[in-house]
Amino acid sequence: MELIVQRRIKQVLKGDQNAFGEIVELYKDKVYQICYRMLWDRYEAEDAAQETFIKAFINIHTYDPGKKFATWLYRIATNLCIDRIRKKKPDYHLDAEVAGTEGLNMYSQVASAEKLPEEAVENLELKETIQAAIFKLPEKYRSVIVLKYIEELQLQEIAEILELPLGTVKTRVHRGREALRKYLRNV
Amino acid sequence: MASCQKEIVRLMHRYLDGELVSGEKRKLKAHLESCDNCQQHFLELKKTIAFVQSASHLQAPEGFTENVLLSLPKEVKTIGMQRWIRKHPFFVAASLFLTLMTGGFFSLWQQETENFAFTKHENLQVENDTVIIPAGEKVKGDIVVENGNIRIEGEVQGNVTVINGEQYMASAGNVTGDIEEIDEAFGWMWFKLKKTAAGVFD
Ligand SMILES: [Zn+2]
Repeated sequence: MELIVQRRIKQVLKGDQNAFGEIVELYKDKVYQICYRMLWDRYEAEDAAQETFIKAFINIHTYDPGKKFATWLYRIATNLCIDRIRKKKPDYHLDAEVAGTEGLNMYSQVASAEKLPEEAVENLELKETIQAAIFKLPEKYRSVIVLKYIEELQLQEIAEILELPLGTVKTRVHRGREALRKYLRNV
Repeated sequence: MASCQKEIVRLMHRYLDGELVSGEKRKLKAHLESCDNCQQHFLELKKTIAFVQSASHLQAPEGFTENVLLSLPKEVKTIGMQRWIRKHPFFVAASLFLTLMTGGFFSLWQQETENFAFTKHENLQVENDTVIIPAGEKVKGDIVVENGNIRIEGEVQGNVTVINGEQYMASAGNVTGDIEEIDEAFGWMWFKLKKTAAGVFD
């Protein structure tokens, strides 16, 4: 995949915007996923993911082809999300939207879930509980947990994405896991 | 909580990151078998990880790529403009001429060596492609330098514009007006020219 990406980047540098479209296609799900897990709001996540790619396009000449493109791209995405989280009001998540629903928040979701088969409800509720637990994490733990367990990246790569020492990443993964354990132990 | 917790919990996390050597692994295993507290803790951690990993993989919304492409800056237009200017150098020269004329200092713009051009003033010195305002000298009026540099050691009572060049300001140098550097941004320059012209004719 990296090889195709490197070729496309060369084309983008020559001014070919369609080649950039292929790069977006390759990474859109991963980038959107990072943004959604970090922000827990579909519109906010889509907006942040779009901004990630636009920023990548504008700054493509600063990308070092000797390094992994995904690392560079995910760094843009996580930085954008962290910026947005810091600008948010702390009670924001109470109205956060639930995945796969149109204009519903956690409260209305509970009410409408009554119409679904029991098993589906349990599944949905568990997913929401898990996402809520991830979202409850302070942003510095949330980013490492999302990158490690949802994007399934190595600790070394996470350190490069977040531009942190490896030791710091390890500590944050440990603390993030402990916090999540406390939120989810009784589920 | 048992006093064993802290050290053992550290081992658990290092185990989960795949960092334990075999001696440490044996130590952790033996402890978990003998201590209910730690065993419970370890199981909770494993369950937590399984939960987080089960979070379904999401897909970007429909039309995502199209929306990104539509939002990209219209680079193509700028490139088109630059190409067009390269093909019509006379027009660009005429535009510059027009600015200088409308700026009211047409008569001062006389000196030109190939592409290197600048507004002529009495006190200016020229070294290769660098225009120098010597220390202690005072230039009244605006200065435009094209395809060259400017070094300001004295004082300019007016604006300084450098097109495709650089300006160096000595610590004693002083410019009362604005200093602008225009590089390659011909699109922007044309915008500026139009604005200047509009301002004059209004
Ligand atoms: Zn123990």
